[in-house]
Amino acid sequence: MTVLRNRFVRRVAETAGILFGVAVLVFVMLRAIPGDQITAGLGTEAAALTPAQRQALEQYYGLDQPLVTQFFSWLGNMFTGNFGYSARSQQSVLELTMNALPVTFELAVLSIVLALLIGVPLGMLAASRPNSVRDAAGQAVSLAGLSIPAFLLATTLLSVFAASFGFNPNGQGFATLLEDPLLNLRQMLLPALVLGFGIAAPILRTTRTAVLEVRSDDFVRTARAKGVPERRLQVRHVLGNALVPIVTMTGLQFGYLLGGAVVVEQIFSVPGIGRQVLLGIQQKEYAVVQSTVLVIALAFVLVNLVTDLLYRVIDPRVGAS
Amino acid sequence: MPRGAFSAAGLAAALSLALTACSSPSSGPTGTGTGTGTGAQGGGGTLVVGVTSDPDTLFPWKATQFQAVNVLQNLYGTLTEFDKDLNVVPGLAESWEAGDGGRKLTLKLRQGVTFADGSAFDSKDVKSSLDQIMDEKTAAVARASLSSVKAVEAPDPHTVVLELTGPDAALPANLASVNLAMLSSDDTEEKLNATPNGTGPFRLAKRVASQSITLARNDAYWGPEKAKAATVEFRVIPDESSIVAAMQSGNVQLAVFNDPLVAQTAEGGGTITVAKTPQLNYHALQLNARKGDLKDVNVRLAIQCAIDRKQVLDTAALGEGEVTGPITAPAFKSDPNKRPCPTRDLAKAAEYLGKAGKAAGVTVKAIVSQGEYATSVNEAQNLKAQLAEAKINLELEVLESGAFVDRWVAADFDAAVALNGGRPDPDGSYGRYFTSDGNLNKVAGYSSPELDELFAQGKAATDQAARKAVYDKVAAELEENAAWIWLFAGYTYTATTANVSGFVPMASGSLQYLRTTSVG
Repeated sequence: MTVLRNRFVRRVAETAGILFGVAVLVFVMLRAIPGDQITAGLGTEAAALTPAQRQALEQYYGLDQPLVTQFFSWLGNMFTGNFGYSARSQQSVLELTMNALPVTFELAVLSIVLALLIGVPLGMLAASRPNSVRDAAGQAVSLAGLSIPAFLLATTLLSVFAASFGFNPNGQGFATLLEDPLLNLRQMLLPALVLGFGIAAPILRTTRTAVLEVRSDDFVRTARAKGVPERRLQVRHVLGNALVPIVTMTGLQFGYLLGGAVVVEQIFSVPGIGRQVLLGIQQKEYAVVQSTVLVIALAFVLVNLVTDLLYRVIDPRVGAS
Repeated sequence: MPRGAFSAAGLAAALSLALTACSSPSSGPTGTGTGTGTGAQGGGGTLVVGVTSDPDTLFPWKATQFQAVNVLQNLYGTLTEFDKDLNVVPGLAESWEAGDGGRKLTLKLRQGVTFADGSAFDSKDVKSSLDQIMDEKTAAVARASLSSVKAVEAPDPHTVVLELTGPDAALPANLASVNLAMLSSDDTEEKLNATPNGTGPFRLAKRVASQSITLARNDAYWGPEKAKAATVEFRVIPDESSIVAAMQSGNVQLAVFNDPLVAQTAEGGGTITVAKTPQLNYHALQLNARKGDLKDVNVRLAIQCAIDRKQVLDTAALGEGEVTGPITAPAFKSDPNKRPCPTRDLAKAAEYLGKAGKAAGVTVKAIVSQGEYATSVNEAQNLKAQLAEAKINLELEVLESGAFVDRWVAADFDAAVALNGGRPDPDGSYGRYFTSDGNLNKVAGYSSPELDELFAQGKAATDQAARKAVYDKVAAELEENAAWIWLFAGYTYTATTANVSGFVPMASGSLQYLRTTSVG
């Protein structure tokens, strides 16, 4: 019990440390970028401001406060649930995040599902006969997934589907899963496919390597000698024991996806968390970027935690050790 | 388990096919989308306009972003307006008259005008608006446009008198800017950022942050005709190519592009009509005549003579535009053939460098924006190549757009490859840059007593022909001193689907004629 409690306390302390580090890093980096909310909003017209006008605007945006005050005031507000306010959107950052995060989460889940559906079977197929035609085909798919840039695949799919088939649900206003599930799934189809294809590549490679490694283990030879059917052997014994690296890779990719796939979200007009951060950076809305990045970092930490817990389910030896 | 896995794959494939199969090719001309309350009344349909960005503010006095201005000019009214040819016509002021040797401007206000909230518009609102804009604490971007206004009086509800420091012929044109929109004296910035309350042809119906902003026809609009479309939805589609795709599938009916490549793509499909309108905005190589070798007019003239502007236009913008002089407003347009070296003349450039004592060549550092507009880097590279042939080394510093703006605002550059906004009145375009007390003179990097005098004459002259003559002299003064190197003006591309009619594109890029646009 004490061991468990110590582990829990250590984990919470680590998470808090990571989040504080992220908060400091984002705060400093944002201030290091040239310009501020005034020049971002007014553009070159900011040159025409008189000193008194500039001072009035600095006061309005809270830029007249010392940096340390700005940092701790923002961080303190975060603890009370006040994530800041977006003047551009006329909404609180919490409200913006509560709208964007489920969209990104849904896109991430769909992308990961598609990636697993492509990557795992193809990885197993490739590993089933190394250096054969099927292995080469698997490697080719993996290479394509890694090499074709998401923006290129996304733009091509969008243009071809829109021009040739008139299929472009993303041209309509975005519908959430609750508002219109069918339209939402149609709008998520192409972005999830683009992201899933890209993520399938590392999953495919990881699966192939892990399966190849497990296949050469003694227990596989023993199972085969005992007459376990080949399909059952491949899935239950081989894939089952190769799952840990696959889950690790999937968890990592899922974590990245929760950070928002900015380019794909831009092209398909998906109002996710990546777009929220990008707009925040473009408009130099410090509170929007800082708070959203902190939420993303927290999500990443949580995904890693879930991945760690999954290890124990997949392989009881992890828990025992 | 493997069977299950394969079943899942099959299910996903079937789902994809089903989703594709049951999708309609388009949402139709009304372009109805989720989360876009239409509020349609009395027919007219919904016009969907594709835009790359959400307005960054809904407060008209601080709006400089293109998308914000386009939305706000449909919500708010101004004392004067521009017609399609950029002539100043009555807006909320029915008429105006100069008196007392140009030291007074009396405006007669339109009667029976109401704000979107139903409250009446009168002279109290005009006085309150102008007073607040002139107050530095408001930080209104058009404060300098009222620099000649000493005081505002409202002798009766339908009359406003502006007391001026002297004659200001540019004032009526300046009053047409949405940055000088008339607001109700009861409203505040905070209130209007959430709920705009103007006298324009539309009122705000719904906003979904970062996704769309929907305007509904203002049935109480004072104009002779109410808006044709019941609602106009500005739908945010961040990527221009995606807007083209949305137009091809019928989800969006109107969009404005600045990138000639995107316009060509849109036109290529055959279902979208693209109208080209010459822009007031101009591309220029800004020179900072207060820095380094550029202090010498001969170095600046050498740069002027070493550039073939047509080549820059052809290389960077696919030839889509016109070589221009400083003034692009149709009524005051400069003749680019009257400049020193109207065509490229390397011998003359060498001669000027020799006069400057720089026969061996000079190095000029130029900032360039990456991403601010489509052609910037291509322009810069072409300029660098051309100038190299004249022993002028243009050192390019390509910056992210935010960093570029930061340096530009601080006038921290020798030269800048820039796309600057033109205005219908040349005083509005250049008075603030090239007069010694202009609020952008630090950035312009050049002023002279001659220019101060000419701009003063331009303000004092009331006759159009006399003003044109003055601004011809301004253009000549600017080019003979190579204050900047004016390159070309591009086109604005208005793309519409076949069921859209009545839209009038303007050289200013304004979308004010959305009110005459209907969706068939």
